[in-house]
Formats: sequence, C-alpha cells, structure tokens
Amino acid sequence: MSTELILVVTIFALSLLVGFEVISKVPTTLHTPLMSGANAIHGIVLVGALLVAAEARTPVEYALGFAAVAFGAANVVGGYVVTDRMLHMFRARPAAGRQPAASE
Amino acid sequence: MDVVETVVRYVFLGAAACFVLGLHLMNTPGTARRGNLLSGGAMAVAVAAALVLIVSRGGVTATAWIVMILGVVVGSVAGAHAARAVKMTAMPQLVSLFNAVGGGAAALLAVAHLLQETDLAHLGARITVPGGLDIVIGTVAFTGSLVAAGKLQGWITGAPVLFPGARVLTIALTLAATGGLVWLVAAPDSLSALLLLVVAAFILGVIMVLPIGGADMPVVISLLNALTGLAVALLGFVLDENLLIIAGALVGASGTILTKLMADAMNRSIVNIMLGGFGTGAGTPTAGADPGAQVRTVAADDVSIQLAYASKVIIVPGYGLAAARAQHEIATLAALLEQQGVEVSYAIHPVAGRMPGHMNVLLAEADVPYSQLKDLEEINPEFSQADVALVVGANDVTNPAARRPGTPVSGMPILDVDQARSVVVIKRSMGHGYAGIDNELYTAPQTGMLFADAKQGVTDLVAAVRALVR
Repeated sequence: MSTELILVVTIFALSLLVGFEVISKVPTTLHTPLMSGANAIHGIVLVGALLVAAEARTPVEYALGFAAVAFGAANVVGGYVVTDRMLHMFRARPAAGRQPAASE
Repeated sequence: MDVVETVVRYVFLGAAACFVLGLHLMNTPGTARRGNLLSGGAMAVAVAAALVLIVSRGGVTATAWIVMILGVVVGSVAGAHAARAVKMTAMPQLVSLFNAVGGGAAALLAVAHLLQETDLAHLGARITVPGGLDIVIGTVAFTGSLVAAGKLQGWITGAPVLFPGARVLTIALTLAATGGLVWLVAAPDSLSALLLLVVAAFILGVIMVLPIGGADMPVVISLLNALTGLAVALLGFVLDENLLIIAGALVGASGTILTKLMADAMNRSIVNIMLGGFGTGAGTPTAGADPGAQVRTVAADDVSIQLAYASKVIIVPGYGLAAARAQHEIATLAALLEQQGVEVSYAIHPVAGRMPGHMNVLLAEADVPYSQLKDLEEINPEFSQADVALVVGANDVTNPAARRPGTPVSGMPILDVDQARSVVVIKRSMGHGYAGIDNELYTAPQTGMLFADAKQGVTDLVAAVRALVR
C-alpha cells in the first residue's frame, strides 16, 4: 500500500464526512432541489470524460468517449438548469405570499 | 508537474470547495439559489480548466477533438432541453435519468480507461479494484435508474414486478459480478472479465429495481443517487483525479442521508424495500379496524362553511393531489381562506410524492409560500389546535393504526390528523393506499368523507367558499 493510495482514500473519507455534515442541515423543504443539485455535481464526471476522450486512439475508445462526454454534459447542464428552475420557484415566495395576508 | 498542471490542480481544489459551499448554502430557501449558481459556476470553471490541461498536454487527435465537441454539444442540448421542458410532477423521472447518465458515464470511462491503459500489469489492483467496482456500481445505477424512470413515467408498471427465481437470479448475478471483479484483478487485460462485469451489472440493475413498488420510489431514487456518487468517486480513484473523488463523495453522502431519511419515514429497512413486494395487496387484512364502522359523507357546501369560519386549517397533501394535478386549485383555496383571516398551513409527510421533498416543489410551483410548508415534526403538535384538517390524496401517512403494533403500517411516523377538531378527506373511493389496509381515520367520528376526484373536489370547494364569502 503506497502513500499515494492512503492519500486518495483520506480525501474520499474526509469528503464523505464533510458531505454528511453539510447535507444533514438541509431542510426537508429543499430535499428535491438538494438531490437534483447533488445530481448536477456528479456531472463532474464530464471532466473525467474529457480527460479520457482526449487520449482516445481507436474507434471503440472514440465511441466510449463520445457516449461518456455526451452523458456527462447532459448531466451537468440539465442538472444545474433544472435545480435553478426549482429554486427560482422557492425564491420570491415569502414576500409575495405574506403581504396580502398581512394587509388584510 | 508543470506550471499549467499545477494551476489546474489548484483550480480543481477551488471548484471542490465551491461545491461544498454551494451545498452549505442550500440549508435555507433564501440562499439556496445562490448556492446552486456558485456550484454551477465552479463546475464551468473546472470543465474549462480540464480543457486547458488537455491542450497543454497535447497529442490529442483531430478525431478526439471532434468527439469531445460533438459530445458536449449533443449532451448539453439534450440536458438543457429536458431541464426546461420537464413538468414538476415529472421531476423524479428526470432526476433518475440524470442519475442514469452520470452512473453510465462513470462506468463507460472505467471501461475506456482500462482499455487504454497498456501498463496495467504495473498498476495492478490499485486501478483494477476501483475500476471494476466503478463498472459494477455505475452500470447498476445506469440500468436501475432507467427502470426507475420508466416506472415513474408509467412505461413500466409501477406495481412490484415479481417473478419466480428472481432472488436466485439476483444472487447468481451478484456472484458473477464478484467473480468478474476477481478475474479482472488477476488478469487486468482480460476483455472477457470486463464484459462479464458489464453484463452482470447491467442485468442486476434491472432486476434490483423491477420488484420495487411505486410508493418506495423516494427510497430507490435516493439510493441510486448515492450509488452514482460512489461510482464517480471510484472513477476518481481510477483516473487519479481528486476532484472526482470529492464530488462523488459529496453526492454519495447526500444520497445516503436521503435514503436513510426516506426509509425511516416509512419505518422500513432498506433491505426490506430492496427485496420488494410491498403493496402487492397480499398482506393480511387489517386487524382491529371495526368492520361495521360508519363512514360519514359530506358535501362541498358544508365543508366550505367549516373552512371559511375556521381559525386554523391544515391541509394534508399527498401524491394523489399531484397525480390529479390539483396543486394550483388547492393553492387557490388556501389563498381564498387566508383572505378570510384563516390561518392555513400544509402538513408535508417526508414521503409525500415520488422523491424526497417532491411535494414542497409541487406546492412551491403553485405559488404556495414556503413558510406555510411544515414538515412532520413541526406540524404534528399543531393538529390539536386546528379546526379543520383537509386531507387531499394522502392515505397511509394519516392512518392512526400506525400507532398500534401489528399492522403493516405500524411504527411508521404519521401525521396526527386525527387530533384535529374536524377532518375532511377528499378521496375518490374507500380504496386502500399502498399498504393495502383500511384507514381508520376515515371511520373516525370527527371525519367527513368528500367523495370526489382531488381536482374536482377542491375546485368545488373553491366555488363553494367563493359563493359563501361574496
């Protein structure tokens, strides 16, 4: 077991703990945007896809690279756009909703 | 490591930090949107940095550039289109699809990397173990999410699909995948081992999700989300990219937390859900429900009087409301009541909807202020002060039988709807919920049943209240 392996496992373990810590504070109201936002984050696979596709030399590798890049791009773009759409609905609400009730 | 490489690594570190901060900002509705934009911006910068790295490394063939550009264009257009066009009721399907493509990409990349790598003998288990695991988990997430999306969309029956020998097949496939992994580690350049892993995982994903019923979808989606995150993190191990490890771990943590919350909200273990078969109606009939109990039916006019003269009304929306697309009608009713000085809030059970928090999004879309959306712990003490609890399209989560042992819903956290002074249930018939048992709330003395389709029932109520207050 090399120090390099220990290093990446450490990064993984600490990231997991940071994730638990941060995400357990998200209120239930926002669980759907949280999940779709997290979905968008795993779109980081696009970075991996580009790095692998750049080294492709054979038709099989080109095909795999294309599929992975397309999947990753759909994941990133779609994930962030749809999360933003949802959060936009949550945004202006309290002011808009409360005022008529208060002025009654 | 040259200068460009070093700078790119720091940019990646910054992006990872922004992902964490972005998730942190999601802890209040007010800052959530900024959090998502921060995360998205960091993602764009990370992709740009990766391109810089690729250019500086050089040696990319023209075909590879075309492949990358085409892939990005095709994927972005498809993703953006789907994200803009999707209805909020269909959000669980879309999230499942994004899960599928993320997991699929992670698996494909592990395959591609193992094919590209010529020096596998030297790297050995350091690459093949995470690589093989990534292929299995990513592929299971891919096919499992596709089946889940198909079920949610109604292309595949939402009922649990059970067939004889399914469990044996699952065990056999798990063994095959494990065998494939061992084989790959022993012979890193074996194409057959790769193929075995992919095929076994491909079928395993389908077999895993098919027996799971529609009501358990929130758990399944969360679990698949966690698996995709894990697959991406494993890919990070393979490619030696810390950014992928960090991002994947964050998603894995999020999916795991949500899976646990959802399973707890149904008082079922994850194993129990994955084994499936819940809600087939094969369960024992209810013990304890009085078969001779009388059901009191009420008319919209009577209910409208109750509502308009109440001081506190709690609306209990369930998936039936969303299925009937009555969110806007219920929001109109609530606004109308608020104008009469009635205090209105919504009691949202964690599993109301088809994914975690789904009902909140559906109501937010219908312009319901999020301050009125209350979760289980927050709203339960309030039921005893409520004049009317209006239940629309929710069933099992309101069944007082859950408080007693010995019923299929026993121990499930429920909304204490029966504590309200008066209860009105809008429902098409006395039909059962997913648990397949009678709801004792319906026969309680304070309960009135308004038999109607959710949308029609609420529309009638709106009309009746309007006529009353004019």
